[in-house]
Amino acid sequence: MSPRFEPITGRYLHLQLLGKPHRLYVEEAGQGIPLLCLHTAGSDGRQFRGLMNDARVTSAFRVIAFDMPWHGKSSPPAGWQNEEYQLTSRDYVRMIVEVADALGLDRPVAMGCSIGGRIVLHLAHERPERFRALIGLESAAHTEPYYDLSWLNRPDVHGGMVCAGVVSGLVAPTAPDDGRWETLWHYMQSGPGVFKGDLHFYMIDGDIRHRVDDIDIKKCPLFLLTGEYDYSCTAEATLDIAKRTGAPATIMKGLGHFPMSEDPPKFVEYLLPVLEKIRAL
Amino acid sequence: MIETIASHVNADAKLVRRGRFVDTTFMIAIDETYYLLRIQEGRVTKVTPGPFITPDFSFALRASRGVWEKFWQPLPPLGFTDIFALVKQKLMRVEGDIHPFMANLLYFKDVLAAPRKEAAL
Repeated sequence: MSPRFEPITGRYLHLQLLGKPHRLYVEEAGQGIPLLCLHTAGSDGRQFRGLMNDARVTSAFRVIAFDMPWHGKSSPPAGWQNEEYQLTSRDYVRMIVEVADALGLDRPVAMGCSIGGRIVLHLAHERPERFRALIGLESAAHTEPYYDLSWLNRPDVHGGMVCAGVVSGLVAPTAPDDGRWETLWHYMQSGPGVFKGDLHFYMIDGDIRHRVDDIDIKKCPLFLLTGEYDYSCTAEATLDIAKRTGAPATIMKGLGHFPMSEDPPKFVEYLLPVLEKIRAL
Repeated sequence: MIETIASHVNADAKLVRRGRFVDTTFMIAIDETYYLLRIQEGRVTKVTPGPFITPDFSFALRASRGVWEKFWQPLPPLGFTDIFALVKQKLMRVEGDIHPFMANLLYFKDVLAAPRKEAAL
């Protein structure tokens, strides 16, 4: 095999975020309409590498993924050792808008998965004017806790292994092995308590059930894609949002909770028609 | 199906290695039928069918026969592919001292799914 570089470039962005100086890792590939990608809880922007390496996507879209603070190669803010990380709806919305501003993105498309699929609903409700379109992957208006989150961060359980163990069944059973295990590897690498802190948003603070009816997709088009094997953000939960907002929804066969990383080629087949519609807006 | 767990787990060197620090006894309940599974260094060393008078175990997984049978299909139906999917739907209870289970979750998920290999034969 001859050595080769991928078309992805990564850089560190210094910016003021949520009132504090931050150093964020940002990757991008492609040119055209900015497509800002939001990773799942306890993971990082590597989940989108399949998209960034697919010329069918990057020929018309500038695909950008940043690692949220505390995640991936982004640092936690100075003084992190004295606080417990907890993601809130308010901070998450501000973070995305501030990163988009810092990158100088003119009405980007935002596409998020899981917690990212939830926050695009908040963006649709609170900041529709700031985005060209929103794509929710594995979007549910709320998910009840179905296990005790304290298991995710305690010294007598390996945090990486338990986080991967908790999410492993969310990958479609039919997913290729390399996609499944790379997805789990990202979880195994997460910092202590980071996945748990994200789930504070996902299972407690980010509940948007009472505001879904107020989302106006005429202000900002919303597209929903959910894997059929996702039992966390279920097909039923996504179809409920579709029914209440009028947003088009597709249930993706043979995919689970991490479509972009568990089986990128299969996911791109579902994403391309959505991107075509966005190009035509 | 339960009896096949030992042979499938013990024949899988990668799975035994993943569970090399596991030393516990846990219970599988299928309706009112109970089994105790002894795990030592990742190997299933004993499967004891009930009934029991005073069973001694760390944690138990309880579900109906219909739920377990769907879970053990080679490609389970939607919603039956994973232990946590069953727990979320309240089709299974995981109870007791679940520390060994949570600390070795990837191991136990594959141990519990081992009968799928039998069904696929």
